[in-house]
Amino acid sequence: MAVLEADNLHVFYGNIHALRGLSLEVGKDEIVTLIGANGAGKTTTLNTISSILAPAEGEVRFEGDALTDVPPHDVVGRGIVQVPEGRRIFGRLTVGENLRMGAFLRTGKREVRQSEEHVLTMFPVLRERIRQVAGTLSGGEQQMLAMARGLMSKPRVLLLDEPSMGLAPMLVETIFEAVLAIRNEGVPVLLVEQNAFMALQIADRGYVVETGEIVLEGPGRELLENDEVKRAYLG
Amino acid sequence: MTFTVVAASYRHRERQRSAPYRTVMAGVTFGGVAVFLGFVGILTMFGQREVIAETLSLAHLTIAMSAFFAGLWVTHASSRTGLAARVAQGLGAGTVAGALIALLALSIHLFKLRRVFIALKKDLLDILTFEQSIGAAVAVLVIGGALCGLLGAALYLMPRKLRRPLVVGLTWAFFVGLFQELIQLMLQYEFLMKFRELFFTWDGLKPQGALIVFAAAAVTAAAWQAYRPRYDSFRENATPGQARMLLGFKILIGLVLIIGFPAFAGNFIGQVLMLVGLYVLMGMGLNLELGLAGLLDLGFVAFFAVGAYTTALLTSNADIAIANMSFWQALPIAVVLSVVIGVLFGIPVLKVRGDYLAVATLGLGEIVRVLVLSDFAAPVLGGAQGVLGIPRPSIGGFEFNDPVDLFYITLVASAVAAYFAWRLENSRLGRAWTAIRDDEDVAQALGINLVNVKLLAYGLGAGFAGVAGAIFAVMLASIFPHSFQLLISINVLALLIVGGMGSLPGVVVGAAALIGLPELLREFGEYRFLFYGLVIVVMMRLKAEGLWPSAARRRERMLEEESRAAIEAELRGGASR
Repeated sequence: MAVLEADNLHVFYGNIHALRGLSLEVGKDEIVTLIGANGAGKTTTLNTISSILAPAEGEVRFEGDALTDVPPHDVVGRGIVQVPEGRRIFGRLTVGENLRMGAFLRTGKREVRQSEEHVLTMFPVLRERIRQVAGTLSGGEQQMLAMARGLMSKPRVLLLDEPSMGLAPMLVETIFEAVLAIRNEGVPVLLVEQNAFMALQIADRGYVVETGEIVLEGPGRELLENDEVKRAYLG
Repeated sequence: MTFTVVAASYRHRERQRSAPYRTVMAGVTFGGVAVFLGFVGILTMFGQREVIAETLSLAHLTIAMSAFFAGLWVTHASSRTGLAARVAQGLGAGTVAGALIALLALSIHLFKLRRVFIALKKDLLDILTFEQSIGAAVAVLVIGGALCGLLGAALYLMPRKLRRPLVVGLTWAFFVGLFQELIQLMLQYEFLMKFRELFFTWDGLKPQGALIVFAAAAVTAAAWQAYRPRYDSFRENATPGQARMLLGFKILIGLVLIIGFPAFAGNFIGQVLMLVGLYVLMGMGLNLELGLAGLLDLGFVAFFAVGAYTTALLTSNADIAIANMSFWQALPIAVVLSVVIGVLFGIPVLKVRGDYLAVATLGLGEIVRVLVLSDFAAPVLGGAQGVLGIPRPSIGGFEFNDPVDLFYITLVASAVAAYFAWRLENSRLGRAWTAIRDDEDVAQALGINLVNVKLLAYGLGAGFAGVAGAIFAVMLASIFPHSFQLLISINVLALLIVGGMGSLPGVVVGAAALIGLPELLREFGEYRFLFYGLVIVVMMRLKAEGLWPSAARRRERMLEEESRAAIEAELRGGASR
């Protein structure tokens, strides 16, 4: 059964019809990627799932429950955690403070410390820099911190928005390895990417979105071989 | 980052300027300040205030200081030239400053400048010429300027061991002379009379008094300097027990000073300290909103007004009063009502961010004031006539009548409020505020309820202002709408900026500097806002993080400095290659 489903979403920005009946689902133990050009509606989809935007029509279901009228902070409380585009770490706080901010909704002190230990094992660089001010990290380290911060709230599904943006190819690989590791621990991932080639390589399934609609879907490998995808996104 | 690079390259270029250019610029800048003070009339006013009775007026001290600091500054800026060159530059800068002031004297003497610049009158000329002929005056100003510049250079170049005591001694002598009236008021007691006569005449500080103060302060500073290493090593090696003792001792001294001093110093000081206390309360409130949660609020005075009017209407014996409570019963109601108004105030501006928020809150604050003034609300709130006859608070038979008594109420309220603010800062709510200040969208993505957290910031911040308002009402015993101007909001904002955004000790320091100091120098009241503007511009240029910054700010600032130093080093390397 799908953990997360988006069903026939219609979203408007004023007069602009940004999502035109978009549907997708993320299953247990899956990396699902959403690829498409700039302005196709990828981030809009994530923001609608996170309840930051309200759909005019259609609904988002999480573990069978509709999220209509659930405010954004409660969506996080239920376990849908979005790591926003462009890293957006708290630059003035230290790495450790950033991580603890990620655990804002959690109360058990010991569990939080366990989570911290866990993400620091996953991203050893962050352990070295735990007392450093986050604004001084490199781009790749900041992206890792953003993902680690997301993991600190113990997500049941993780939404990643363009984690590879502006990173050197080597670092992109590190980030994508981390995405695989997260999936292997049983947290399904919905990955929004412009770097379609990399995303489809690690994804179990993929959706291609164009002007607010899904135009193509299938297993990652299959999409990678698809002529249309090749022509439009892989060059 | 870009700014850091630009600033670094600018400084680098500054340093490469030639020595004569720097000398003249230093002289023109500091001499220019003195000339400006003359043009706006401050110098004339300074002429009436004597630092040392019948010997040295504040005006003459200012003139001397402009040349002195020109010399000091240019010596500081030319750190990479030889000793003789630096002394010569100090002399030169002082001469330029002196010459500039002489030019002012000459212009007043020769031309009828008064028609345009009303402050350039005969009084000022008398000050500038020391009541001598104009030729002699010009000579005195130029030569004196040169000497003062030389002294400035000498002070900068002398060994630290000598400089510290000298500076401390001079500063003390200056402040004792400047505030002689207040100090004399404190020495009114019979057993202190002899003491007073040793230092002061009724007109001011005696020269011998100044000398004694200088010597005492300098000797103390020197002794402390000699003893300092031993104290530091004691502190470093102290056992936890000893460290606690030391801390306890410091707190005890602080408490004795803050509690004992106002009672000793009398009502005027009590009044000033009380006003500072009210601004500390408001500052702590705005600090929650702005310093922690990042919500710029220019309508903050509205909450102050709510606290004041609630207390007034609940306790006053005027006709429009709605109850006849005591201050202690009214205070909690005033606070609760302020919190409620704060929350209501927050609702319409929930989705407004940044500069727009400043303008929106400005409007809301004005609405409150205009509403209070309106005929519509006059039957309830008293309109422009205000509310009169607010009784003073009392406990048992004791009535808090004097400013000093009321100061103690403010002190206790501030202490309680500071404790609350401190706990809030380190709480979960405090962390949520920090998160929304830094990035609202991410805060939401971490599960923070933006609506609740923002409304709590407005509500709790307003509560602090409500306490201040309640005390303000009983202090004046009557309140009027015109007491709640936009200016109060701006004052509170300014004291946060000067003290250091997000820092509790910063609030106290900022309030003392921006509210206390101008109150003590009442006679210069008309120039108060010139002083304000100047302080804020200078602060932003030299110490943008505030006088007592919060830990996070200090960290950020250090990082900036480091990267700037690195860039400068790189630029220097490039230049020498």
